[in-house]
Amino acid sequence: MHQLTIAEIIRGLRDKQFSSVELTSHYLERIQQLDSQFNSFITVTSEQALKEAATADARLAQGDAPALCGVPVAHKDIFCTNGVRTSCGSKMLDNFVPPYDATVIHNFQQAGAISLGKTNMDEFAMGSSNETSYYGAVKNPWDVERIPGGSSGGSAAAVAALLAPGATATDTGGSIRQPAAMTGTTGLKPTYGRVSRWGMIAFASSLDQGGPITRTAEDAALMLSIMASPDAKDSTCLDRPVQDYTAQLNDAIAGLKIGVPSEYFGEGLDSEVGARVQDALKEYEKLGAELVEISLPHSKLAVPAYYVIAPAEASANLSRFDGVRYGYRCENPADLRDLYMRSRGEGFGEEVKRRILVGSYALSAGYYDAYYNKAQQVRRLIKQDFVDAFDKVDVIMGPTAPNPAFKLGEKNADPVAMYLEDIYTIATNLAGLPGMSIPCGFAHGLPVGLQIIGNYLDEARMLNVAHQFQQASDWHQQTAPAAE
Amino acid sequence: MAVDAQTIEKLAELARIAISEETIDEVSSRLGDVLQLVDQLQAVNTDGVEPMAHPLDEVQVLRKDAVTEPNRREAFLALAPQSEAGLYLVPKVID
Repeated sequence: MHQLTIAEIIRGLRDKQFSSVELTSHYLERIQQLDSQFNSFITVTSEQALKEAATADARLAQGDAPALCGVPVAHKDIFCTNGVRTSCGSKMLDNFVPPYDATVIHNFQQAGAISLGKTNMDEFAMGSSNETSYYGAVKNPWDVERIPGGSSGGSAAAVAALLAPGATATDTGGSIRQPAAMTGTTGLKPTYGRVSRWGMIAFASSLDQGGPITRTAEDAALMLSIMASPDAKDSTCLDRPVQDYTAQLNDAIAGLKIGVPSEYFGEGLDSEVGARVQDALKEYEKLGAELVEISLPHSKLAVPAYYVIAPAEASANLSRFDGVRYGYRCENPADLRDLYMRSRGEGFGEEVKRRILVGSYALSAGYYDAYYNKAQQVRRLIKQDFVDAFDKVDVIMGPTAPNPAFKLGEKNADPVAMYLEDIYTIATNLAGLPGMSIPCGFAHGLPVGLQIIGNYLDEARMLNVAHQFQQASDWHQQTAPAAE
Repeated sequence: MAVDAQTIEKLAELARIAISEETIDEVSSRLGDVLQLVDQLQAVNTDGVEPMAHPLDEVQVLRKDAVTEPNRREAFLALAPQSEAGLYLVPKVID
């Protein structure tokens, strides 16, 4: 039953091949039996899930079932869930039980989906390896000595290990696409503002965006159709109608113009990873697409610009954790200053503290113009590269990450080496464009992701392009041996 | 490129994050690496480039100035590490 995709689950539930209670129990048992190897969940909500499943079965029997009625999913522990601990992977929020649901969570409830629990993640979504979590690293189901990518490593590992058919995730600099690439799953980061950020714990507000991790593009379309919504509670959420993302999946892609940026195939790219991406591009040519060489000349500046903007926004966002209103408070504070200093010093992990300090530096008196303002100017140059490219092409393709999954601990000592793992994904966040990663083969025995970048609000076409590849290939159907 | 200890102390104060004496050297060298990375930006000519605040150049939406949320004082105070009589408690600020 755990081999089923979300699309197959929806049909199976409606045709009464199995009930939501049966399906949900099956996933809960798998999590209990297998997840000690992967550590992909922080909290499993068995009792609540079974209750929701029973309600879903009743609705299915009555015939008034909404889109995802009875479908179990997992949620990244960054989305606030009413009455269920939401830790954001941090000691700071280890005891935080939100009194409200994030809009994304609310949307899934309205769609009748079942929540299996909350998935592990890098602390406050800051990381590319899922090693900064207060709850311990997540292990890659393809090789438990390797990282699953991050920051949505728990969501990606849970889907790859078939512990959930789909999971929510978030992406600030690659945190959906890079773990999807590392685990052989399908991940989609929508256009900035397509999915509400209300109740999604903020890291860098001008970059953060929620999206799904699934096993197929079709499932990503089904989940995105639920996640995306205009939301008056998030003033940066786009007030545009949501498309039916499944409507164009089966359209032929003959004549599609694919931009291939030379900057994404240069120094630093693992040769086997590069070869798999080239194989995928050849497959697209067979499907009738045309490859167009393009240039994104400011690509090299994406990582430096990101590591000014993201920490600056994080330092402002994370100032709310004060040890007074909620979250961790140190023991026996001497005075108010000591309370702030020690609660934050003890409650945050090393990477989070490092980024807050970098952000404080970039925003401090005398440095604002040289760092933050400069980075925002460079950001416009990066966006303009994409705008110019999309005059000539329909989508852009390249590798999602320069290397396959590395060993746990391998890049811990060198933050900058870790940052460069997101070299191909970060520009998309800076420009606010939608991006996907889909499996396109193996390098050194580990999954490789093909990145597809779409134009603004062109998620339906991006999904169509991904789905057509998955109709012609079976990379997305390969499962990790540990998931059997 | 390391950042000097004095700068780290100033940043720690600005960010209200206690940094122990033992870790200050490591923090300073790692922070230096990150600042070296972002210093690549200084070489770029950005004369006349408008800083980008929103990818789609959207503007702030306005809403009616109306009460839409109920008062959930009890639910929020229940999350506080320490509260009393409907108020958040902190160490004494004024003698």
